[in-house]
Amino acid sequence: MKYKRDPKRIREVLGDKIQFILGDMACVYGGLLAGCSFFAGYPITPASEVAEGMARLLPRVGGTYIQMEDEIGSLAAVIGASWGGAKAMTATSGPGFSLMMENYGYAVMTETPCVIVNVQRTGPSTGQPTLGAQGDMMQVRWGTHGDFEAIALAPSTVQECMDLTIEAFNLAEKYRNPVCVMTDGEIGHLRERIVIPDEKELKIINRVPATIDKEKFIPFSNSQIQKNSKVPDFPTFGTGYHTYVTGLTHNIYGFPATDKQKDHQELVLRITTKITDDREKLTMVEKLYIDDAKIAVVTYGATARPAETAVEMARRKGIKVGMLRLKLVWPFPIKEIQNLASQVDKIVVPEMNLGQIVHPIREYSEGQCEVVNVPKVGGEMHLPHEIFKYLEGK
Amino acid sequence: MGEIKTAGELNKKYLREGMWPTIFCNGCGNGVVLEYTFWALEELGLDMDKVAFASGIGCSSRLPGYINADGLHTTHGRAIAFATGLKAANPDLTVIIFTGDGDCAGIGGNHFIHAARRNIDMTVIMINNFIYGMTGGQLAPTTPIGGIATTAPYGNIEHPFDLCVVAKALGASYVARWTVSHPYQPIKSIKEGIQKKGFSYIEFLAPCPTAYGRRNKLGDIQRLWEWYDKNTILIEDYERIMKYGDEKEKERAKKMIQIGVFQDVEKPEFFTEYQKLVERLQGNTITKTSSVKSKKMVVKK
Ligand SMILES: Cc1ncc(C[n+]2csc(CCOP(=O)(O)OP(=O)(O)O)c2C)c(N)n1
Ligand code: SF4
Ligand SMILES: [Mg+2]
Repeated sequence: MKYKRDPKRIREVLGDKIQFILGDMACVYGGLLAGCSFFAGYPITPASEVAEGMARLLPRVGGTYIQMEDEIGSLAAVIGASWGGAKAMTATSGPGFSLMMENYGYAVMTETPCVIVNVQRTGPSTGQPTLGAQGDMMQVRWGTHGDFEAIALAPSTVQECMDLTIEAFNLAEKYRNPVCVMTDGEIGHLRERIVIPDEKELKIINRVPATIDKEKFIPFSNSQIQKNSKVPDFPTFGTGYHTYVTGLTHNIYGFPATDKQKDHQELVLRITTKITDDREKLTMVEKLYIDDAKIAVVTYGATARPAETAVEMARRKGIKVGMLRLKLVWPFPIKEIQNLASQVDKIVVPEMNLGQIVHPIREYSEGQCEVVNVPKVGGEMHLPHEIFKYLEGK
Repeated sequence: MGEIKTAGELNKKYLREGMWPTIFCNGCGNGVVLEYTFWALEELGLDMDKVAFASGIGCSSRLPGYINADGLHTTHGRAIAFATGLKAANPDLTVIIFTGDGDCAGIGGNHFIHAARRNIDMTVIMINNFIYGMTGGQLAPTTPIGGIATTAPYGNIEHPFDLCVVAKALGASYVARWTVSHPYQPIKSIKEGIQKKGFSYIEFLAPCPTAYGRRNKLGDIQRLWEWYDKNTILIEDYERIMKYGDEKEKERAKKMIQIGVFQDVEKPEFFTEYQKLVERLQGNTITKTSSVKSKKMVVKK
């Protein structure tokens, strides 16, 4: 079904502007608002509600839902749909995310816009299916082989599940890279109030289509339309550009150049720097009491919720504590961490894993302050006092 | 159509400029299948802007690179899953997949099974050379019993996979197998497969002299092509022998690979059915009660 986004129809299907819904469902809403017209998935707790929501709502706006045979096929179908011109997404959790790693790299290498919602649970392996965790924060960055850059967002509320899914589509379209929404079992299965943005409040970005003469078109190089953009224009299949898309190292014409050192270097540098050049533009952080802070909690996703309570507790006791919440975890907000580390004596990093994002935080604090890992595993969120005790110390 | 008479003219029209020469060895069957596909496309007169190719990984999966059309060279075994999304996003596209026996029957078997079961409108052209050619001759799920592979140095003891039988059992709309040694039926089958609204599977027995032939005393092309003639049997002949033949004939026929059209049926196609669903849901016209109401009970007396 060739899809045309119909804002009126989408709103009819979504219903009331203010609703009380599940985090997973908010990802569905975000997808539909962004113009997603294709979803392929495979059931997995705690992400199944995303697929169920899509199965229910997507055909009603004229899009296509398909349940694939596994997560490998799901991401494959999503990438195929993207080349057919669709905004496409899938949703999964740890084991499925592991299965997606090969095609995740394919999407990176072929510069295919697409969105993966990862409602994280813990591992290794099947782990704790019904409970939340932040187990894949490093897998999203390093999980597929070779050199690449990840774009990953981390919602802390149900509202953000919707808002950041919209943002994920925008970033995917803009940078032609897969974008991951790293939610988790806690937020995914939480019900909260959301406010659906009006059409005029929405910012929707679409990929830049190839429009240049077919003979002059270069599919895998800087844009031929936008000045100073390393993101090539998109030759949707069926529009006559006869593009060859391969996961092999390719030259700017898309032809395999597997034994060419220079072509490989050029390609990999372009597809990574097209993202890292914009690192600061991409940075999305929320700051709480940072200005005079001597201790900072750096947090993301579900963990930000008890962390915020812990910071409030500390402030009430007169301790100068602040909080930096990363809404976009990758590409890593290097400057923010460098600046923070030069200001505070201690950075506290609570995570629902044994310590993942604490590593880049430590790396980019460059020894300017102490960095403390506050892990909690087993499918339970931190209690505020479990974080608070690290704020009291000094 | 009609203007093209020679292979040279055909290649000029359909080959992608700048990709020549191919990576294929002398005597490889992949080029032959490509040529048959070109003739089929030419005879159908399709607009090549609206034909998209997909493939997995392997020598056979390199074919879309040589075709002047959109081509998605995907990951090993996954082309059918990629093509499913592509077809969903733009059902106007004619989607053709090139895959190998390792790609399709091995690592990609599950995608194959489910696309055939869903009856998704696509044409899968599988080049069966009984071996993993690209990686240097390892055992494939299709290697005949006794066949030598680098990873079956003492002869294969596994039962080979017959994807035609599988596709037929799953109810794919069109299923055929040919060898590359007869041009007419393959071209006809590719045409029929493309025209069929549904899942079409066309398998070619094609030589890989380098990775299979050499180790199996079939290194020279003449002998390989003769092997196909000696070891294949038309489905119709097979069935006749099973009905009327003597025990010796039957025994011999059972050891041969059947070729021909295994299935050619009309059957609801996935995305056509999906489109009906979408239309049914438009304008909130359906609710559960209305669909129940419309189904009046007819009681036969
Ligand atoms: C995930 C993965 N595993 C293994 C490989 C290595 N590999 C490349 S081609 C190939 C075999 C292809 O065999 P087939 O599909 O029969 O194609 P042929 O080369 O015989 O035409 C393998 C195993 C790969 N590319 N990806
Ligand atoms: S290895 Fe075999 S399949 Fe591959 S190109 Fe050579 S002959 Fe063809
Ligand atoms: Mg093979």
